[in-house]
Amino acid sequence: MKKWHHKDLCALADLDADELRIILDSATAFKGVGERNLKKVPALRGKTLVNFFVEPSTRTRISFELAALRLSADVVNVSATASSIEKGETLLDTARNLEALRADLIVIRHKSAGSARFLADRLNASVINAGDGAHEHPTQGLLDAFTIREKLGRIEGIRVSIVGDILFSRVARSNIQILTKLGAKVTLVGPPTLVPRSFESLGVRIAHSIDEVLEESDVINLLRIQHERQRMEYFPGVGEYTSRFGLTRSRASFLSEKCLIMHPGPINRGVEIDSDVADGSRSVILDQVTNGLAVRMAVLYLCSGGSPITDARLSKPRATSQST
Amino acid sequence: MHIKGGRVIDPSNGVDEIRDIFVENGIIVATKPDRAGVIDATGRIVAPGLIDIHVHLREPGQSHKETIATGTRAAAAGGFTTVVCMPNTTPVADSPATIAWIQDRATTSAAVNVFCTGAITRGLAGEEMSPIGALAAAGVVALTDDGRCVQNHGVMRRAVEYARQFGLPIMDHCQEATLSADGVMNEGEWSTRLGLPGWPSLAEDLIVARNILLAEETGHPIHCQHISSARSVHLLREARKRGVPITAEACPHHIALTDELLKSYDANFKVNPPLRTVDDIEEIIVGLADGTITILASDHAPHATYEKEVEFDRAPFGMIGLETELAVFLEVLLHQRKVLTLPQIIAMLTTNPARLLKLDRGTLSLGAPADITILDPEHTWIYDKNDSLSLSRNTPFHGVKFRGRAFATIVAGRLVWDIEAGYTGEIR
Repeated sequence: MKKWHHKDLCALADLDADELRIILDSATAFKGVGERNLKKVPALRGKTLVNFFVEPSTRTRISFELAALRLSADVVNVSATASSIEKGETLLDTARNLEALRADLIVIRHKSAGSARFLADRLNASVINAGDGAHEHPTQGLLDAFTIREKLGRIEGIRVSIVGDILFSRVARSNIQILTKLGAKVTLVGPPTLVPRSFESLGVRIAHSIDEVLEESDVINLLRIQHERQRMEYFPGVGEYTSRFGLTRSRASFLSEKCLIMHPGPINRGVEIDSDVADGSRSVILDQVTNGLAVRMAVLYLCSGGSPITDARLSKPRATSQST
Repeated sequence: MHIKGGRVIDPSNGVDEIRDIFVENGIIVATKPDRAGVIDATGRIVAPGLIDIHVHLREPGQSHKETIATGTRAAAAGGFTTVVCMPNTTPVADSPATIAWIQDRATTSAAVNVFCTGAITRGLAGEEMSPIGALAAAGVVALTDDGRCVQNHGVMRRAVEYARQFGLPIMDHCQEATLSADGVMNEGEWSTRLGLPGWPSLAEDLIVARNILLAEETGHPIHCQHISSARSVHLLREARKRGVPITAEACPHHIALTDELLKSYDANFKVNPPLRTVDDIEEIIVGLADGTITILASDHAPHATYEKEVEFDRAPFGMIGLETELAVFLEVLLHQRKVLTLPQIIAMLTTNPARLLKLDRGTLSLGAPADITILDPEHTWIYDKNDSLSLSRNTPFHGVKFRGRAFATIVAGRLVWDIEAGYTGEIR
């Protein structure tokens, strides 16, 4: 088995299929920790993790915080408003200060694409990307892949449709990276302004109608649609979006019985997904949240120098050992 | 001064032969003066002093990036005897007072000749015309809002028409702002992969087309700066065939580097207009070979390291280029692609820009100012940014091995830079 040799996790584009499987396999082992009564292991005891969220986020920050606590790390949360960035300090200077306080791991969320990589190249601490602009959200891509593998037993050959604001979505980019590397067939769905042709160079198919992908999809992943001012020139409005691309109840009836319905949250009920569909039996939206914790534990553990954990249950055929 | 035994290439006079050059009192003369110092140019090229019509010297107001003193020393080290500086300083060079300040500073501190451009519009705001008559009287050689592009076509049309009475060419940074919007790199596969906002070629093409129509309508020359897009080359080719008074320049980074390099998120590759694709490079090179693009320039744009060491989308656009441009042009156009001859490349760095801006430079004619560059197109060297004479270090070419370099830079008969001695002018 390949060794893990990365200090940082900035983008799934930086990892090959074997490295991605190492994280998923380790996450399987860590998921067991969360199911126990005593939800804590000493893997990161004595290590300090800083949650450095320059762009606000609640769910991802809490997930990283819990993941670190379950690994027995000490955790500090820093937000942009609580840091000196508002006083004009540069990102690099703020991060160097955190490192001078002997932070071992820095988890960063930032609105600028490339900001995690920028810090990773300049710091000795491990840098974990918790979302950088429209670039990547690697742990989200990992937890989505983990959930698909857990529910369907494999990723290779699975047909995944990702619907919505692809152009501005870091979730979409991380999903595309991991799913194509592990052999899934990915289709991006949305209006041409939000799903430009340039995405074809990433090895995916593009569709401009949700109806043409419903029957074939093994997984349908609905991205949150935003209609703030900066998006107004990209599509006419939420109403038209829902009528063209929303997963309504009638559309959901064309999905196969086993199709997984995913969403990275937070959900706009009635916009990209009908409320009943979000709560239906095929929805794995809350499983994604649970799995996020396991995946983040695996990432923090590996980037701190932990050895990959191979879970015996997963080394059986199909799930992990096939090359893609 | 007696420059001995070199291959003299002077495109302005159609000269390409081994001969000696004599200089007396800063002027090129026919016969050897008494007690002339000898410079042995055997095995080297002796060319008219190179001219770069697109340089940011950053003074006044941004002297933490560059000064007229440091920028012109970098020019000398690159083989350039004349630079034309851009008006996006602080304050903007949109008044005769600021032009006079720059000229005065150049007189006391510059290592090479400095010619000024003035802003087309006050404060580069794209709204009101600058005092163009007063700028002409102050000695600007062209008008440009470089760094910005006049978006209002009515304002641009009037400015071009008004400038015509003074014979002042317009140089335009071609960028349609609603299309480039908040873009920081070429829109395409790599902006898609990197999640960075795209600045599409279309935004350049649209303004190139606008400028072609304005030049045709007014009959007044417009020069399109730093062409980066294949389709802009197509538009320019067709227009020049029709006889439209439109010209264009190419920069070293736009013929040597692609947008894929941005995958490192290294802001030293962030430039405006952005690095584009292999197809764009290909067409710019074809455009240089077939005479669509006739001028080579650097767009030398210094920024302090701390300004570049930030999140990619917050970093300023621009890269330094004076010390590496000759090497990049020779490496790409002469050695690798073999699309231009040495005399053609030298013409694009001397007589062509001189003709556009009506400068009495770029020639070795008898009686001309003795601006001379001695160079060796085969000399192999590695660029080290730490040796740069520029105040800034924002180069994409650190550690790159090149073939071709200046050996000596002579301004008005005075040796100002030499490959052995470095900057040889007095420190003023």
